[in-house]
Parts: sequence; structure tokens; C-alpha cells
Amino acid sequence: MPKIIVEVMPKADLLDPQGKAVGNSLKRAGHNVSTVRIGKRIELHFDHTPTEADLEAAKKAAADFLSNGVIEDVVAVTVEA
Amino acid sequence: MKIGVVTFPGTLDDRDAARAVRLAGGEAVSLWHADTNLHDVDAVVLPGGFSYGDYLRCGAIAAQAPVMQTIIEKANEGLPVLGICNGFQVLVESHLLPGGLIRNEHQHFICRDQKLIVENVDTAWTNQFTLGEEITIPLKNGEGGYIADGETLKRLEGEGLITFRYSEVNPNGSMNNIAGLRNARGNVVGLMPHPEHAVEPGFGPDTKVAMRSGVDGLKFFTSVLKSLVEA
Repeated sequence: MPKIIVEVMPKADLLDPQGKAVGNSLKRAGHNVSTVRIGKRIELHFDHTPTEADLEAAKKAAADFLSNGVIEDVVAVTVEA
Repeated sequence: MKIGVVTFPGTLDDRDAARAVRLAGGEAVSLWHADTNLHDVDAVVLPGGFSYGDYLRCGAIAAQAPVMQTIIEKANEGLPVLGICNGFQVLVESHLLPGGLIRNEHQHFICRDQKLIVENVDTAWTNQFTLGEEITIPLKNGEGGYIADGETLKRLEGEGLITFRYSEVNPNGSMNNIAGLRNARGNVVGLMPHPEHAVEPGFGPDTKVAMRSGVDGLKFFTSVLKSLVEA
């Protein structure tokens, strides 16, 4: 299915308690990771190949609604045909 | 005076908020999330809960609801609006108040009687308090950590927009101990703790005088009624 994928991450300088908890758990299980951060992947599905206009609309929705610029960054908005 | 109380899917404290309005002497009017009509109310309370299951971000989907589009428009024209807990999250997601609310620093849900300092009494919702007064009302949230960028914090401090600060304990890692904010005009106030749970003797926080006798939350509702009478 053609889709646009929006990826959102908590801002780098903000505490990410979810990532911290998962990181601690991974370390306890023996994984050699230093930190973990958890973001969101949002898939917008289409019944046609997304157009330039669809991508622009998705970028706007990503900035205005799918993320909150105070606490999060949109790291990518990509078409996956 | 008619005070609207909004119910979104997942709102929990709408009936307590309506009860607080009645105990203060106002008439409570239920407003539904899908309705764009505010039914001639003189002020609006956005109550606590988990609107839309906290999906996407707390308050984010509620901020897009039809009723909020009218509330945002009217709030910008001066309609008094109080956002409590999830209602505060809706206000920041609606850009009626700046900043954001994130998961509590220690990652636990908190439920406690919380001491607050009243930092500003020039608002529709706090004019019955004394500046610097310490009040106790319940706090119950999982995502109550207030954050904003340095510039916004400076503006909030400089313009006196911080309305409540946590006293003794900062329960959730909020920057500058911020528990509640107002807008520049003073008609919009949002806070994480719950004034509507401290409005009737026998059902409020414990005080030195007697168990569950705390009614510090009632002044939010008497404040708005007073501001409406004077308006």
C-alpha cells in the first residue's frame, strides 16, 4: 500500500523517561547500549501513489498536529510507494 | 451565570467540575466535544481526564475537536477558560497557553494533596485569592512535567504569567516549579492540580482543622463568577 511515513522524536535535550526505562532494562539484560530514545512512526496510507501535494499536506500535518514543536522534532516525512 | 463544562470522549472530571460550579453559586452547562455551539455560556471549564485516551499526545486530539475551535476563538476575544489537568494539556496543545507537558520526571503517576503558592491574582479564575497564599488541592497526573524553551520561560517570569507554583515538593519535574499559567489577558488559566476536588467540606484534602475539610479549590469558581458580575 502506498504510504507517507512521518517520524517524530522527542527533542534531543529533553528527558525521555520511556527511553530511559527501556534503556535500563536492556542494560540489565546484558545489552551494551548507552542510551535509548523512543519516538513515533506514523503511517499515512493512500489508495493512490502519493503526489507532491499529498507530501506537502503530510509535512504540514506533521508539523502542526502529528508533532508538538515544544517537545518533539519531525525527523523525516518520506513517501514509500 | 452559566459556566460550560466540556466533555470529550475520555473526560473523567466533568461532573466534579459541574458540581464545583454549582457549589460556587453558578449554573453548570454541559458542552459536548462535537458541538460548535457554546449555548451562551459566560465561561468554560476544560476538565481533567484522558481525552481520546491520551492518543498521539495528551490533549492533542481534543485541541482539534469542533467545540475547541469555538472556544479558541472566544477565548481570544476574552471568554474566561479554565483548563484543569488534561484541560491544561488541551490549552497548551491549542496554543492558548505556551509550552508543553511531558511525562513526570520519575515516570510514576502521582496522586497527592499538593501545596501550591498563588503567584498571580489578576485573572478571571484567581481574583479571590491573596497574592502569595498557600493553598492545598489534589494533584493526580502522569504527564504533568511543564516544559518550555528558555526564551518562553523568561517571558513567563518577566510578564508575571506564572499563576501557581508547586510548594515544598516539585512532584513532576516541572520547570521553575510551574503548576499553572495564565495568558496575558488573564481570562485563560491552566493548571495541573484539581481545584474541583477541593470544594466541599467532607470531600476535600485534610487540613489542620479536620480531615477532608479543605475547600481551597472553591475560590477558582467564585473568582470567575465575581469577574463575570463585574464585567
